[in-house]
Amino acid sequence: MHHAANPVREFDAAAPRRRERAREDLEGGFARWRLAWALARGDITHRYRGSVLGPFWLTISTGVMLTALGVLYAKLFKMDVASYLPWLSVSLIVWAVISQVVTDATTSLTGAEGVIRQMPLPYTVHALRVVFRNAVVAAHNLPLIFVVFAVFGVTPSWTVVLAIPGLLLLGIAGFAASIFLGMICARFRDIPPIVGSIMQIAFFVSPVIWKPEMVGHWEPYLPINPFFALMETVRGPLMGTTGGIVVWLTAILWTGLLTLLAWTFFARFRGRIAFWV
Amino acid sequence: MALVDVADLAIEFPLYHHNARSLKQRILASSPLRLKKDEDNRIVVAALRDLTFRIGNGERVALVGPNGAGKTTLLRTIAGVYEPVAGTLRVEGEIGSLIDPAAGMDPLLTGRENVVLRALYRGLTEADGRALADEVAGFAGLGEFFEVPIRGYSAGMSVRLSFAMATAMTPAILLMDEWFLAGDSDFMKKAETRLSKLVTDAEILIIATHDMTIVRKWCTRAIRLEGGRILADGTVDEVLGAETVT
Repeated sequence: MHHAANPVREFDAAAPRRRERAREDLEGGFARWRLAWALARGDITHRYRGSVLGPFWLTISTGVMLTALGVLYAKLFKMDVASYLPWLSVSLIVWAVISQVVTDATTSLTGAEGVIRQMPLPYTVHALRVVFRNAVVAAHNLPLIFVVFAVFGVTPSWTVVLAIPGLLLLGIAGFAASIFLGMICARFRDIPPIVGSIMQIAFFVSPVIWKPEMVGHWEPYLPINPFFALMETVRGPLMGTTGGIVVWLTAILWTGLLTLLAWTFFARFRGRIAFWV
Repeated sequence: MALVDVADLAIEFPLYHHNARSLKQRILASSPLRLKKDEDNRIVVAALRDLTFRIGNGERVALVGPNGAGKTTLLRTIAGVYEPVAGTLRVEGEIGSLIDPAAGMDPLLTGRENVVLRALYRGLTEADGRALADEVAGFAGLGEFFEVPIRGYSAGMSVRLSFAMATAMTPAILLMDEWFLAGDSDFMKKAETRLSKLVTDAEILIIATHDMTIVRKWCTRAIRLEGGRILADGTVDEVLGAETVT
């Protein structure tokens, strides 16, 4: 048996010190990254419990979808499969990551209701769990890009390394989104379906299946769409461009704004979460 | 030195996901006893009101009172789940909570894996968790079932595991709801030995229960709650009356 130190916890409703508590929550959440990782890993293994291929079904289903869509779209849009399919694969895989993170973010807190109402735990652990879970899923899908590249003889250029900071940016944005969306979706139960509709619309208005240059002189304004900016920081480097300085700056700006929003909201309403879920 | 110090504490549950307007008309018109409007015009349940007490080292406190009196809410507030809307709360010492035995357990993981997971919940490492698992295995006495996913456990087995898990970590303050009585008599004897040991180590026990035999056997003090307020606070005999133990 081991005795822990004697921690002191104080709360005064007249002086709630919200910002300080939010910061402690953040530190505590990251200190418990092992827990977030174990829970995220559990989420994935439980989903594929008893299945022979396990999480590799993620890889297979994405691969089948890419093959079908690639052949169909090339026929429909009269494009050259060899040039279009690698691009479409990267687009769809990166979009799937973004869209899944946003969908998961809406249930980051309501999904952990049982734990939140029973034991004190930093809320940021649940946001971290969402990010880790999606990182595991992404790790099963992203390698497919290189399979497609190999099939069509595309050689990735040095810019591929830029996809790593792009993915990191996506991770930060996903973490902030998990806190912000997780909170407002716990309080207002109409938000998750709204988010679902928005993501569906965003899929068509963002250049996922169509190429950015197709909008002609609107192209410079595309980074106003945060989904495009964040997607391009990963897709650009994978496709052999840097993405461009404007895209990177807007992606960083959007992530910064989202983080600020999430932090403000979290600091103000953190104490209410247990009553909301 | 463990301490729980509470002054003028109040907890209110907002009723969010209901039809607020019809609820308002139905309830506020009739009996505004515990349901009321807060300053934002929301309907709230006053779960705890004006609680003031101080629990020091070595005290074994029973929370008694009818269903809905606020016993479990008070335990959760002390544990740090709910933030009070009024008053102050000061807790010194690490808390072990046996409020809901299933909280944080993964039914698809084995008993051993769940102990490791619980260690992670408490901010320990996997290595700490594995060491803890060996210790818990010895006390819980589940034998080979320790390596089986816990969704196959009986209620009593779950209780054994939770109890062993919560008490293996030597919390300074042990919060307990009465569910643990589901253990069989053999285990209860063992549990009692362990509980007495925890308390003689000069820690705090706070237990919410309806079973007066338990109160008289284990507790040194009782707090009677009703409608979210303290009705009586004193020694067990003062609060329950000096009946003989049956």
